[in-house]
Amino acid sequence: MNFGIIGYVIGVAVCVESIAMIFPLIVSLIYNDGNSTIFLICALLFGIIGGIVAKRKPKSTSFYAREGFVTVALCWVTVSLIGAIPFFASGEIPSFTDSLFEIISGFTTTGASILTNVEGLSESMLFWRSFSHWIGGMGILVFILTVLPAADGQNIYLMRIESPGPVVDKFVPKVQKTAMFLYGSYLLLTLTQLIFLLFGKMPLLDALCITFGTAGTGGFGILNDSAASYSPYIQWVITVFMLLFGVNFNFYFLIFTRRLRQAFAIDEVKCYFGIFFVASAIIFANLCFTQTPFGGIREVFFQVSSVMTSTGYSSTDFNLWPQLSKAVLVMIMFTGACAGSTGGGMKVSRFMIYFKTFTKEIRHLVHPRSVKVLKTDGKPIEHDTIRIVNVYLCAYIFVFCASLLIILLDNFDFTTSFTAVATTLNNIGPGLEMVGPAGSFAQFSHLSKFVFMFDMLAGRLEIFPMILLFLPATWRRQ
Amino acid sequence: MNIIIIGAGKVGVTLASQLSREGHEITVVDSDSDHVSSAVSSADVQGIVGNGTSHATQLSAGIEAADLMIAVTGSDETSLLSCLMAKKAGNCRTIARVRNPEYYADIAFIKEELGLSMAINPEIEAAAYIYRLIQIPSALDVESFAKGRINLIRFEIPRGSFLDGIKIKTINQHFKQNMLICAVEEGDRVFIPNGETVLHSGSKISVIAPLHEVRNVTEKAGIKTKPIRSVMIAGGGNISYYLAATLIRSGLRVKILELNKSRCEELSVLLPEAVIIHGDASDRNLLLEEGIETTDAFVALTGIDEENIMLSLYANKVSRAKLITKISKITFEEVVRELSVGTIVYPKQITARLIAGYIRAIQNSMGSNVDTLYKLVDGKVEALEFKVNSSAVKDGLVDVPLMDLNLKPDLLVCAIVRGKKIITPGGKDTFKVGDKVIVVTTTIGLNDLRDILK
Repeated sequence: MNFGIIGYVIGVAVCVESIAMIFPLIVSLIYNDGNSTIFLICALLFGIIGGIVAKRKPKSTSFYAREGFVTVALCWVTVSLIGAIPFFASGEIPSFTDSLFEIISGFTTTGASILTNVEGLSESMLFWRSFSHWIGGMGILVFILTVLPAADGQNIYLMRIESPGPVVDKFVPKVQKTAMFLYGSYLLLTLTQLIFLLFGKMPLLDALCITFGTAGTGGFGILNDSAASYSPYIQWVITVFMLLFGVNFNFYFLIFTRRLRQAFAIDEVKCYFGIFFVASAIIFANLCFTQTPFGGIREVFFQVSSVMTSTGYSSTDFNLWPQLSKAVLVMIMFTGACAGSTGGGMKVSRFMIYFKTFTKEIRHLVHPRSVKVLKTDGKPIEHDTIRIVNVYLCAYIFVFCASLLIILLDNFDFTTSFTAVATTLNNIGPGLEMVGPAGSFAQFSHLSKFVFMFDMLAGRLEIFPMILLFLPATWRRQ
Repeated sequence: MNIIIIGAGKVGVTLASQLSREGHEITVVDSDSDHVSSAVSSADVQGIVGNGTSHATQLSAGIEAADLMIAVTGSDETSLLSCLMAKKAGNCRTIARVRNPEYYADIAFIKEELGLSMAINPEIEAAAYIYRLIQIPSALDVESFAKGRINLIRFEIPRGSFLDGIKIKTINQHFKQNMLICAVEEGDRVFIPNGETVLHSGSKISVIAPLHEVRNVTEKAGIKTKPIRSVMIAGGGNISYYLAATLIRSGLRVKILELNKSRCEELSVLLPEAVIIHGDASDRNLLLEEGIETTDAFVALTGIDEENIMLSLYANKVSRAKLITKISKITFEEVVRELSVGTIVYPKQITARLIAGYIRAIQNSMGSNVDTLYKLVDGKVEALEFKVNSSAVKDGLVDVPLMDLNLKPDLLVCAIVRGKKIITPGGKDTFKVGDKVIVVTTTIGLNDLRDILK
């Protein structure tokens, strides 16, 4: 294990975070909410510490998959620990565990909160909370890759591990340019949404926070009722942009390079919109037939796109919806958004592979000698990909079950516990019952909160890095 | 430049990582996904799995926007066909590796008809390189510039040489011709010397000297060599054939040991003057019987790297022959370098270097000013050939004595080629428009003559 280079990358990440803290500092100075000293001290202190660590150039630059996994996992843990300090130091979240939960929820773009009264937070803290979504959405290491000169090809490991999805490929030959494109289009979409929201007469700070939450598919609201009190126009804007940020960024790359036909031929994107419309239709029909009073198709679209892209805003308390609708919502929590987007969940592309493997094996039972190669976008899927996607499912279920068993120690009802694990592991935000849109994670024990933090990080980094971090074999000298 | 490399074999991957480090955008295409993924994880390149000759694959690799396509697949036919397809689809320049001697015999025709920019035969290039080494037996390494008129010779200072413990600025008193030391290697350290640098025995130095002066220089330095009259080659592959043919043409005696009977017969038809021995080169008795102890040069060119190393080690033990060892696959360069196996020849690097040199030349026509570029001493030193054009006048480089130029440290102007004259520059010499200037430096990535200034 090359600790030199791991330390170096983490040092750079800490520097980047300290630079990010300048933005809440500015907000704090504008609103004069008294937190400017905290952000100033944090930014300076960690800027210097990170600078010192990153200044020592590693002796060896050898960097392989194992270093990649450890770097990414440690990086996220470090950045979260530092990010929690402002909440704790300002006293606005009195417990450090809660502060850490809140910031991990932010960076992993979950949006689950331990706060019962969000409106009680000061402006700069609200901004920092939402801004963490934006940083975490595309990933802090992908950002570093846009500035770090690529020495050799090994940077691809970092990108592969931090970007969600079973297969992560570069759009263009250089890692740096790919990372630049990702952040470029991310920034462009973010600005577009901001302009749309400002057009809807939303105050600038609110618009920024909501945009960050949408872009990173995070879901921290700034009002206690999340998005329910916004105008229909703003709700539509949020709905559309949540969906857009859940699309594979490869789609935008193809559009950007004017390969429209290829862009619209991506199976995953078609499937993603398919699932969206089918789920919406089922819920719409269910709500109509059970005659629950609801706000029409806008409300359905908003909730479905919010849950499916793992954002987690709510414009209504869907906890009050009929059982079938709630079940559909829980299911699309698991499918999640597209690979290569800012969204969470298990990703549509994985489910496509599960479904294809399933039909293939069923066919194999009927025709035992049949040979069929699975394809996406007209290209055969590598056997290794199928294997790792299947193992991912196993790992996912193990982590899920283990977490659920520990959470149940708190003895809350099953729906609460189950959806709490599902919502954190899939980086969504709200679950059902106690952790529903109107509830929070405040009542859980410290142990449970740590389990949720692990789940959120595991969900964002797609399980394996977090498991490897706790595996003795990773650290053993060979 | 946007470059597509078809074939992610040994040469393909070497090229991909070298060119990517030089800042080009590389896409690698291979039908074997394992090859592609190993290329992608070892260099900052994009990988495409697919048949490189198919139009669809070439399109998805971005052939339309490519400036150059290099086909280095395992089969000549595939490489040539991919070049043809690429030429039609993307109108880019194409380079193909052609190894089959039958095709290579008609290479001018093939190049013309398929519109290839360059066809490269790695075996011929390797043979040419080995031939140069045999010509100058005292050198570890020879690189040539200015179309072969200037040579950069690398040799080790032997124990007891008068160079041991001498200051560089006093060296020229001992030689008739100016001798310029461009780079010094002491252990793992490589640096560009100045007048005050003191040389030691055991370090390796790279020297600029005209070809006819080389023997004079090395002999004075204390390296005792006699010209090579007989060469023993282990292995009868294509490199051996090309090498033997050139050696025979310049009047040397050649003996080839080859295991395969029918290949022996083939060689005996192709090379009537050579002595072809049918037998296992790893058989100690056979080597002794065929006179390994008395041969002037021993070249290990069998298909197995380990066997080549072993044979050269043995030859080093029993004879005083000049040794040359071919290594095609194994990657433990640090270790092999330490062994007494003479000069090591890596065919894949020779091919990659030639192609990289050609790409420099294309860039040259696209604005960069480097004519040729050589990576020396494991890529730690670059030797570059620049053209002095009118823009150098603006930069204040022309007609100014070198000692008044504010040159970068770790950089040395080694030669100025003016028409037919080669000047080994001193402080009073100047650049003139139309000159070619050869610079050796440890600063990697110079792009223009003005980059030699601070």
